[in-house]
Amino acid sequence: MFYREAGQYKTTYQADMSVFPILQDRIGLALIIVAALVLPLVAGEFMIASVMVPFLILALAAIGLNILTGYTGLVSLGTGAFMGVGAYACYKLSTTFPAINILVWIVASGFVSCAVGVLFGLPSLRIKGFYLAVATLAAQFFLQWCFVRVPWLYNYNPSGAIEVPSRTLFGIHVTGASATPTTRYYVALAIVIAVTWIVSNLVHGRVGRSFMAVRDMDIAAQLIGIRLLRTKLLAFAVSSFITGVAGAMMVFLWLGAAEPDAFNINQSFILLFMVIIGGLGSLIGSFFGAALIYVLPIIVRATPETFGLTIGAATVEHLTYLITGALIIFFLIVEPLGLARLWQIGKQKLRVWPFPY
Amino acid sequence: MTNLKASLLALAATTALTAFAFPAQAEDSVFVPLFTYRTGPFAGSGIFIADGMHDYLTMLNERDGGIGGVKIAVEECETGYDTKKGLECYEAVKPKNPVMVNPWSTGITLPLIPRAAVDKIPILSMAYGLSASAQGDTFPWIFNPPDTYWDGFSQILKFIGGQEGGLDKLKGKKIGYIYLDAGFGREPLPLIEQLAKDYGFEAKLYPVAAAEMQNQSAQWLNVRRDRPDYMVMYGWGAMQPTAIKEAVKTNYPMDKFISIWWPSEDDARGAGDGAKGFKMLNWHGSTPDFPVIKDVQKYVVDAGKSQSPKEKVGTTLYNRGVYNSMLIAEAIRTAQQVTGKKVVTGEDVRRGLEDLNIDAARLKALGMEGFTGPIKLSCSDHNGHRPTFVQQWDGTKYVKVSDWIEPLSDKVQPLLQADAKAYAEKNAPWPARTEACDARS
Repeated sequence: MFYREAGQYKTTYQADMSVFPILQDRIGLALIIVAALVLPLVAGEFMIASVMVPFLILALAAIGLNILTGYTGLVSLGTGAFMGVGAYACYKLSTTFPAINILVWIVASGFVSCAVGVLFGLPSLRIKGFYLAVATLAAQFFLQWCFVRVPWLYNYNPSGAIEVPSRTLFGIHVTGASATPTTRYYVALAIVIAVTWIVSNLVHGRVGRSFMAVRDMDIAAQLIGIRLLRTKLLAFAVSSFITGVAGAMMVFLWLGAAEPDAFNINQSFILLFMVIIGGLGSLIGSFFGAALIYVLPIIVRATPETFGLTIGAATVEHLTYLITGALIIFFLIVEPLGLARLWQIGKQKLRVWPFPY
Repeated sequence: MTNLKASLLALAATTALTAFAFPAQAEDSVFVPLFTYRTGPFAGSGIFIADGMHDYLTMLNERDGGIGGVKIAVEECETGYDTKKGLECYEAVKPKNPVMVNPWSTGITLPLIPRAAVDKIPILSMAYGLSASAQGDTFPWIFNPPDTYWDGFSQILKFIGGQEGGLDKLKGKKIGYIYLDAGFGREPLPLIEQLAKDYGFEAKLYPVAAAEMQNQSAQWLNVRRDRPDYMVMYGWGAMQPTAIKEAVKTNYPMDKFISIWWPSEDDARGAGDGAKGFKMLNWHGSTPDFPVIKDVQKYVVDAGKSQSPKEKVGTTLYNRGVYNSMLIAEAIRTAQQVTGKKVVTGEDVRRGLEDLNIDAARLKALGMEGFTGPIKLSCSDHNGHRPTFVQQWDGTKYVKVSDWIEPLSDKVQPLLQADAKAYAEKNAPWPARTEACDARS
């Protein structure tokens, strides 16, 4: 009734090809952005620091992986390590040149991660499917080995960890202990919105189409004139750029210090699960996936306390695992194509409501 | 389309629970959150610690009605030894004004170090965390009594020297170091390098990655090839029983295998009879034969208020938890004395920790006579650098086999100072200490 495009005439090709052709979608998106902007005014510090900031950063990393796995069909198990490359690059750059704005270094660290990603993406021309996953596993282990074994990367700290120095932007602390969660949230939000916007344009354009052509059938893609090596490497480059930025944000805006173990194989798997459950080849799916895998356990954990129940901390943890696991299986059975597909079906239903045919 | 409806309902149900409410704190209580891990790969060590810490504080509430007439509000937060979850726990407890935080993981301690001063919540990382945080002038909010990992290594070395007839006899010896390849295990490496140079022994390093904790055959093959005269272990969680089992399997002489203070009875017991002779550092009793443990049994365990199995009460790591909680309680008590307030805050407890002075008389009053040695902290020394002793596994329990061993302070202190300075420089602008010093003594 409210959600339908009847009466919205498109008079230009541009309007017809826009990402959000329906007015209600554009209004919805604007509402979500406004809600995200005013959230710190109404939500508590815990909500911002432990729910929203990690959610944004993980969603960004999931977008990065989605470019590679969802759009180009190249399975990667090295996402955690590429995040690590971004984090360590940002740490080295920021401690070597402390005078330069931290935001510059967060973006620059994406390029370092991008270069490493392209290097490890080279085998993707020859190997496919599970075999490529194993090849990216090599990247995961090799890079994590570097984080532990190359003391230059962590400035010879005896603890072997990288610690985030205090940095300011326009006189306001954005990293380090003095940075308020709200500041860190706004910085993360700005980066995530910017990157999502760029990626959205990318995947709807020529480059995105060539990614999807390679995903759907690479021989056919080759026949219609898409150069496989360049396309696959470009997918690796874009993907690892975004995961690198997400990694730098994870350490600088969220954790505040990180041991090499923060970028372990588990991190790679969790991001892969986010992409699969959220929806392969879908940007909104990346956000859904991050919400389901990261935010849901926090909600489940907080639930007994909200209702005044006292359950042992360990029992809550076990219950969290059980409930989250059960929900993941449930959603995958109901909609194997991910939450994004569910969202799409829901919208379709809404268009014909209340008179379904 | 019932599928769709059901899934939408489930989505709605899960998103409807987003409200985070915290129960109001009672007016006259001090809030002590305990970061514990009863799940995950480190639960094998973490459960004992969690039970010991929880039970001692519960005992104080039951027996004395808290500390100085103020109840202790204890709340556990499960971290699973995971840094991200630990930070989530920290954010969750922060609004409830905790008087101190015990992270129980070096990985969680590191990101909290700069935050402590900002949030005014002192951190007690008892014999773990950043060794350099012993320097109170640089780290006014961090406390890591009674020993740093560097003290621990120097004590093990001193013990080895004692076995060989003097530290000068270490020349030409091979000492193997098997360690958890994370911040904690890597931290002593600069000291080992320094000491190897000073005493002329050869250090063989055997790192064990956290993911490979339960498969150390490669490391122990190398041990068999290198044949070190002594093996030193810095492990935690599942790494320790695996290492002891592998040592037994490779026929390594167990009485030359010495660990830092983290193994439990179960870690050694799992390796069977072959583990007899295994040694570890410790600084407190590992039996229930102390008045304080008897009280815990009487007021908490027998009353059914503990999660711990009865036979585990009074074991090494359980008592470690009790010792940790004793430090918490004494810091709160000292803070009450210093400030004259009953309900103290994090800032008060920081002063309480700096003024902490547990002498022999106080230990007796606590029911801890013979349980552990006295400890005194100060504004500049947040550690104490207390002596430890070596205890040996006899097949059923640990038996004390050495006198109290002082750390090699002349070697460790300069390194600690240099490291604290380097930390402040690397994390520039590191805030200079502004907290006044009470110096009550």
